[in-house]
Amino acid sequence: MPIDTALNPSAAPPREIPHAVSPGLWTLAWRRLKTDSVAMVSLAIVFAFILLMIVSGLGLIAKDWAKEVGINYAPPSWITLGATDAPPPALPGGAAEPNVPAGPTPGSAFNSTVVDPLADVIAELKGGKPADAGAAGGDDNKVVDPLADVMKDIRSDQAGAKAGPAAEERRATLPFGGDKWGRDIIAKTIKGSETSIFVGLASALVAVFIGTVLGAFAGYYGRWVDDVLNWFYSVFSSIPYLLLILAVAAVLQQKGTFTIVLILGLTGWSGVFRLIRAEYLKHKGREYVMAADALGASHSRKMFLHIFPNVSHVVLVQLSILTVGFIKAEVILSFLGFGVPVDVVSWGSMLNEAQNELILGKWWQLVAATIAMATLVTAFSLFTDALRDALDPKLKGRTGH
Amino acid sequence: MAPTMLGVVLLVFLLFNWVGGDPAYVLAGKISNQEQIDNIRRQLGVDQPYYVQLWIFVKQILTADFGASWSTNESVSHILMTRLGPSLTVLIPLLILVTIIAVGLALAVAYVRGSLTDRMVMIVCTVGLSISILVYIIVFQYVFAYKLGWFPVQGWGNDFWENLIKYASLPILIGLTVSIAPNLRLYRTFVLDEINQDYVRTARAKGVGENRIMWIHVLRNASIPIITNLMAELPGLLLGSFLIERFFSIPGIGREVILAVERSDFPVIKAITVYVAFATIITNLLADLMYKAVDPRVQLK
Repeated sequence: MPIDTALNPSAAPPREIPHAVSPGLWTLAWRRLKTDSVAMVSLAIVFAFILLMIVSGLGLIAKDWAKEVGINYAPPSWITLGATDAPPPALPGGAAEPNVPAGPTPGSAFNSTVVDPLADVIAELKGGKPADAGAAGGDDNKVVDPLADVMKDIRSDQAGAKAGPAAEERRATLPFGGDKWGRDIIAKTIKGSETSIFVGLASALVAVFIGTVLGAFAGYYGRWVDDVLNWFYSVFSSIPYLLLILAVAAVLQQKGTFTIVLILGLTGWSGVFRLIRAEYLKHKGREYVMAADALGASHSRKMFLHIFPNVSHVVLVQLSILTVGFIKAEVILSFLGFGVPVDVVSWGSMLNEAQNELILGKWWQLVAATIAMATLVTAFSLFTDALRDALDPKLKGRTGH
Repeated sequence: MAPTMLGVVLLVFLLFNWVGGDPAYVLAGKISNQEQIDNIRRQLGVDQPYYVQLWIFVKQILTADFGASWSTNESVSHILMTRLGPSLTVLIPLLILVTIIAVGLALAVAYVRGSLTDRMVMIVCTVGLSISILVYIIVFQYVFAYKLGWFPVQGWGNDFWENLIKYASLPILIGLTVSIAPNLRLYRTFVLDEINQDYVRTARAKGVGENRIMWIHVLRNASIPIITNLMAELPGLLLGSFLIERFFSIPGIGREVILAVERSDFPVIKAITVYVAFATIITNLLADLMYKAVDPRVQLK
């Protein structure tokens, strides 16, 4: 029959007997998902963020986020600040450096272009602490600023750049305010989202890959392979997650987006392993696997071509759960200074700056990073819940969601 | 249990002695000649073969003597002992309060399951969960301590009660805000799992009051997964509070970990990792024993 049609394409193909194709797991799940409006809205938001990440990663938007377009701590244009807070706009030509709006800082004493507006506050905080804590651990009270050296470099670079004739006029207000150096918060948030989402997705992929492969081996082969891998799993899961991450971060000693993906991925696979192992245990005795066996399929073929598609929904749900978890972990790591390098902006490094800015009353960076993260994480979590329910309707009644 | 502990020792050993590279270079700093490096290597024992180093590490764990911290020269065991107190001062009240409040709320929400209140509580929990713990700490510290002055911004004293009432209350409040939402979500599903069981219907049929059903019958049956969850969370909480400890300058284990990572202070990280892992394994065992106490049907093998 196929030969006929091939030889004579103009002839109408023989009418086939229409037979009902029963929809597969994915089709059914998609249908269920489509009826859930919360899930669809969440999915749209997640896709919008991923699109943002890609567009920003390609350099189409927020490419010049590091450009200082506004004055230092430029307020959002839609609020009216008191006269004390509004510094005079910079003069064209760059001769006059805009003053840092924080009043009490004696900027001129340093003879530097950018002064640390927090120096006083930090000194105050340090002084305010009881002395006995210091007795226990030497320099315990030191407020560690992991960025100190690099900041110095940046500042001197900046000072050099300022001297040039290319300095443009800086705006007094920006759509959502500016940071310490007058960079646009919106562009910065987009760039930060790019980093954070990329790290979350990439490390979740690494963790899911490791967990799936190990889980498949443990569940499929059983016996000593299972024992060894289970032992491996219990070792990894008995060290609290954050402690393991910090220990690995301490050992690796180098910062970089790739490093943090590796750290999160290598430490976060244990949950996936347990679930996938259980699935493989269940599936390896099923008839279709026996049939494949009878046809002479190899072990790897059975594991990854026959069984894997049947457990892939577990993998997908785990992938989205882990992505959310890793985005949160990346934010904490970057905040502490163990995450992304200083020249890369992420939600964590934004929050790190925002912590000090808040004391000065500059809340916009905190709000921007928080809104961006909360929106994505809420949407992602809601979508994950809906996805799990759609892929495994039995679960829905049980968990009461 | 023993193989797992052995595995943890091996993993930590591999991580720090093999992946981490030669600690002598970390310790000696940038300006050092070969002789100094060799000296440090001899002191640390890293010029020995790996199995000798492993044996040294095992001996260190068994005798709880990890030598001195690289950066402060304080003995590691002393660091651990002095940091445990402040951590527990925050952790134990936090754990008790979180459990009571989350279980109480979970049962209360389960009463009105499916209603608007239930949905609203769940939405608030989901949104609340999606905000980073960092934001809670930053905002709470700013508003309650810095602006309103209700609590000290940070600090720690010598007196236990002063610490608990004055310095630990805001950290505990933040801890509550952060941990109630996930626990409530989880416990609610545990309670809902039980609420449709036959024994609940039977109890209703014979005229048991709704309160008694919830607080005696359902709670007792739902307590097994709750205990599992609590026990699983316990060691994590010790570290989970590390951000809080850092922000509020509480000299606890968590802050010590962060400081140690910042200073590449390997002995401290090694000691904390190994002991916290051991504590995790032991609490898992304790959880099994508690199941037996809660549910006589559970048979321990």
